[in-house]
Formats: sequence, C-alpha cells, structure tokens
Amino acid sequence: MQNGTGSRTDQFELAGQKFGSRLIVGTGKYKDFAETKLAIEASGAEIVTVAVRRVNITEASKPNLLDYIDPEVYQILPNTAGCYTVEDAVRTCRLAREAGVGDLVKLEVIGDERTLFPDVPATLEAARILIKEGFRVLPYITDDPVTCLKLAEMGCAAVMPLAAPIGSGLGIRNPYNLRIILEQAKVPVIVDAGVGTASDAAEAMELGCDGLLINSAIACAKDPIAMARAMKLGVEAGRLAYLAGRIDRKLYATASSPLSGLID
Amino acid sequence: MAGMDDRRRAMTNSSEITIQLNGEPYTLIGDARIGVLIERLKLKRGRVAVEINHNVVPKVAWDSVEIRPGDKVEIVNFVGGG
Repeated sequence: MQNGTGSRTDQFELAGQKFGSRLIVGTGKYKDFAETKLAIEASGAEIVTVAVRRVNITEASKPNLLDYIDPEVYQILPNTAGCYTVEDAVRTCRLAREAGVGDLVKLEVIGDERTLFPDVPATLEAARILIKEGFRVLPYITDDPVTCLKLAEMGCAAVMPLAAPIGSGLGIRNPYNLRIILEQAKVPVIVDAGVGTASDAAEAMELGCDGLLINSAIACAKDPIAMARAMKLGVEAGRLAYLAGRIDRKLYATASSPLSGLID
Repeated sequence: MAGMDDRRRAMTNSSEITIQLNGEPYTLIGDARIGVLIERLKLKRGRVAVEINHNVVPKVAWDSVEIRPGDKVEIVNFVGGG
C-alpha cells in the first residue's frame, strides 16, 4: 500500500493492522456511487466507513456500494450510525460482522438527534459487550479525556473523539482537550466528526493525532474530488510537521538574518 | 441460538406464512428457508446479513434454518455512511 507520508517507518498501526494512510473516509452524502469511488481514490484512504441498512426488497437488483468500493482493496469499517440504544448498536455490529467484512467496527450510540453527540454511558456499555464478543471496536465519543481513557482501558482498538458535531465543519473546537487525550493515550486517537477543511485536518495531525475520519467535509464540498485530495495532503502535511518538531511560540522576535556584517 | 435445531428439523411445506420483513408484512410461500428467500429476492449472499427476532443468523445456517410464522426478519446490507 502506498505510504502517504513518504516515510516507510511511519505506518499507521490500527487494531493489529498496518496502513499507509492516516485518513479514513466515509461514504455518505455523495451524489452517486461513481463520485464516491473517485473521491475515495483521490483521498488515498485505505479504510472506508459504511452504514448498515435494510435492503430495499423491491430494488434488490440495483448496484450496491460494495460493487464500487472493493472489500478486497479497502478495509470496510461498518458504523452503527443511527443507533440510539445499546441493543441496536450491538445488533448492528453483529449483522455487519456476519455480512463478511471482518470484525472491525465503528461504534456510535447517539444521544441527541440535533447534535448527534454520543450517549456516553451507552457507548461505554455497548463497547464492553462488543469487546467481549471479539469485535475490534473504534468508538465515536466526546472529547472527554476521562471517557477516552475508560474506553482504551476496557480494550477498544482506538478512540475517536469528535472535533465538532457531525457535518458541522467547525473544525477542532477544543484542541486543549485533544492534547490531554493525546498525552494520556494508550491507543490510537483518531479525530472523527466536524472537520471542515484541509487546515483542520492538518491541525489535528500537528497536535499528534494518529488519524482522522472525514465524510461531510469531502462529500459536501463544492468539488468533492478536489477536497478529497486536499484532505489527503492536509493529513500528510500535518503529520510531517508533527514529526519534524515545530519551533516554539515566542512573544518577541528572534532575527532570521545575521546581525554581523552589516554595512554602515 | 435457541430454537435453531427445531427450525432445522421442521418439515418444509407449501403453505403460506406471514412474517415481518424489513418492517413490512410479507407473505412467504412454500420453502421457508432463509437461503431460498435470499435467492427469491435476487440478493447477493456475499452482500447481506440476516436477523430473525433480533438474533443474527449465520450464513452457514441459511440453507437449513426456516423462517416461522410471525417472525420478524431483517435483511441488511452496507450503504453509504460516515
């Protein structure tokens, strides 16, 4: 797999697998399957989230998403979007696993229709059940360091704190919480939800995040394919900057040109 | 899953049964095995998963497990989502 950071040693290790790209993309809100496929290709993502929904009984012969996104090429990451209860989220994961794309799942238990913020106690409970059943769980969660630590310690494969509400495009609303989460992290930290543009992606990576999950910012951009590529570059730039070690922020200037040899 | 053995031993017959399929009433005629329903609906086995009464039915059991009258059946697949 292509390693986007340019460094062979900086692979993204997640749930026991190695990936070259730190950008995970969703497949929702696109114009059509063809656009979805092109955007994913432009993003360089290797992990792609999908939702689990009833088949349309009357239109079963229509093309399916996985006809465009090959499960042999991409790691398909089913989500439990739209689940408001522990039972629904757990049922959805069991169904997703049985559909045959593996046991890596993105857990979402939503607590509020308008904010789509997670129901934190329900997320903890569902994660516990799923881990016991052998799933590798990536939980969507608030940017609360205490909860992130609990999820990590119970055996989640990563934590996915939200930057801002899903689809809001507000970017990293609380970089200070994210820094604390990163400092205490025992598993990869993947920012999920709320990213708006490439600089948000770079910001998350510069803070030290291990990866990002982006859907709306790409799919709802004026030019999704171009934005997919911008996000790919933003993630790579942010990661490189993080590894390169930035300068400190100073109150006063330190000259960049020599003080000696000046004419007078 | 409890009751699976009973389902496997059940005789197939040609009567009609009414079930709930994806939230709607559905009449199942004849062979009530899941695998047969999947085929009848022209669904691809590799792309769907099935639940009966909130319990996932493993694919390996589709050709033996029968749907019973009043069962709540869910057949799902993957769609676009974030």
